[in-house]
Amino acid sequence: MSVTQQTLAVRPATVVARPVRSVWLGGLRGTDHIWAIAFALPYAAVFFAFVVYPICYGLWLGGQSQLYRQLFDDPRYLTSVVNTIVYVGVGVNLKMALAFLLSGFFMRKRWWIKALLVVFILPWATPALPAYMSIHWLLNGQWGMLNNVLYMLFGIDGPVYLNDHWTGLAANIGAYIWKNLPFWTIILLAGRMAVPQELYEAAEVDGASGLRRFRHITLPLMANLYLVCTLLDTIFALGDFNATYFVSGGGPAMSTEVLATLGIRYAFTTALPRLGVATVMTALPVLIPLVFILMRKLRVKEVQL
Amino acid sequence: MSATVAGSRRASKLHYRLRRYLVEAASLALGFVLVIWSVTPLYNMAMIAFESHDGVFSGSIWPEHPTLESFRVVVTQDFWYLEHFWRQFGNSFIVGLTTMFLTLLIGSLASFTVGRLHLRNGWLLTNAALMTYVIPASFLAIPFYRIMQIYGLSDNLWSVILAITTFATPYAIFIFSQYGRSIPMELDESARIDGANPWQIYFRIYLPLMSPALVAVGTYALLLAWNEYLYNFLMLSTPESMTVAVALAQFLNSDESPWNLMMATAILYALPPMILYYGFRRYMAAGLTMGGVKG
Repeated sequence: MSVTQQTLAVRPATVVARPVRSVWLGGLRGTDHIWAIAFALPYAAVFFAFVVYPICYGLWLGGQSQLYRQLFDDPRYLTSVVNTIVYVGVGVNLKMALAFLLSGFFMRKRWWIKALLVVFILPWATPALPAYMSIHWLLNGQWGMLNNVLYMLFGIDGPVYLNDHWTGLAANIGAYIWKNLPFWTIILLAGRMAVPQELYEAAEVDGASGLRRFRHITLPLMANLYLVCTLLDTIFALGDFNATYFVSGGGPAMSTEVLATLGIRYAFTTALPRLGVATVMTALPVLIPLVFILMRKLRVKEVQL
Repeated sequence: MSATVAGSRRASKLHYRLRRYLVEAASLALGFVLVIWSVTPLYNMAMIAFESHDGVFSGSIWPEHPTLESFRVVVTQDFWYLEHFWRQFGNSFIVGLTTMFLTLLIGSLASFTVGRLHLRNGWLLTNAALMTYVIPASFLAIPFYRIMQIYGLSDNLWSVILAITTFATPYAIFIFSQYGRSIPMELDESARIDGANPWQIYFRIYLPLMSPALVAVGTYALLLAWNEYLYNFLMLSTPESMTVAVALAQFLNSDESPWNLMMATAILYALPPMILYYGFRRYMAAGLTMGGVKG
């Protein structure tokens, strides 16, 4: 009891009034400060040992200008840049558009739509590696199930998908969309559910049609979330290794490689780690602005709803 | 006059009903397409796994002679790629559980010190975490590989554990800080008045109240570790230290791919995370909304 009283007595009134402020101005008392630092140390250690150090090391590895000359002279690199642009551009935007539409579909209140969501989420619950391996075999020109189905239903011999640049790239993009569509649909579904129902009811009372309710309520309220999701997924897609590596394997003749897989291939198959780092580094002019925008966007505390 | 009004009303009612049926039919059709789309690759996996070795190349779309033979081979380690299957399975578990533990520990400590102790310049820590979250892990793989050699951890499970912990902790910090805001600060203050030190507040008050977020993030970290491939592949080279993901991908190296064995291994590898995911989906959904809708 006396301890309590003492603490209360020692505490100045201003601290009680605005505790956070005073702390920001350095109000942590001696031992507390040490505790606070001790609690921060593990993450700081991880950050310096496994983020800062690799980044600096990578910058040093890829810091020679002749690497980039070598890179730009390599037609495989140029192909991979085009592939990456197509992969990210189509993969992200198509997926987000589908996810946005499907999130509206899953808002429908039917018992079977709830059950459907459980099935729909399967690709996301499946680890990427087995799923992509299965898709790889599914698309096999000779024995794959897709061509078998095409033959059985329509009597046509499907193409050898993974032996062609464009169908191979499309297969990678399709696999990436297949895997990640449920995740973004659920995120956007959560966003839609957070839109206050009263807004729709009010608009309905005012005689707004379904289309206008969508245009004037759903769109403006979802725009920010949609943008953040798109940017975030752009980064994820840029760094995606598995879909390309396991579905098309970068083939035929390395024509469907993207930057992430080409970098690894340079570094570990051809034993040119510096060239591999340089490959990845050429994505920095796109990556750094994205990281900056996202860091600002994600720091906003409240969702704009 | 009243007759025409009634007539037009009946017509619009019919129109309305017809439209509702059409919408219903269209959404059923869409649902059907979505089921086919979601299930096909998984069905393909199962079909091949239940097929005999020759049946894989039969061109049919269901197993002609369904058999559990491939599962028997995998479970009894009766194939040269699968000699260490159970050990590799164990490795995957060790990596997953250790990563989960470290992520929860480091993440909760960091979020506690920033959110509850109001560490001076704590925003630096938050920003560091955010930055790590938005850097693609595959872009850091090459320097990471070299650094693990420098740390003397090559072909050691710790290299993978540390790598994945690095990439899982930012999300943990993010979710914990958001969830932590719902825990009233008065609890900490009254505990402090009762003479508790920060460690006691963390351990006795913060952690128990954070348990839903801990479950969500723990599941996330475990799944991330289990499903990760690139870092596992780069860091672990001997069969004894491999995780299942690497062992599974090894099948692709061989010319005569035993596809049925590969798919059986794939199913056994995919089942634990899927069970975990569906088991904790309730929490995961909460975690996703907390972390996902952060716009």
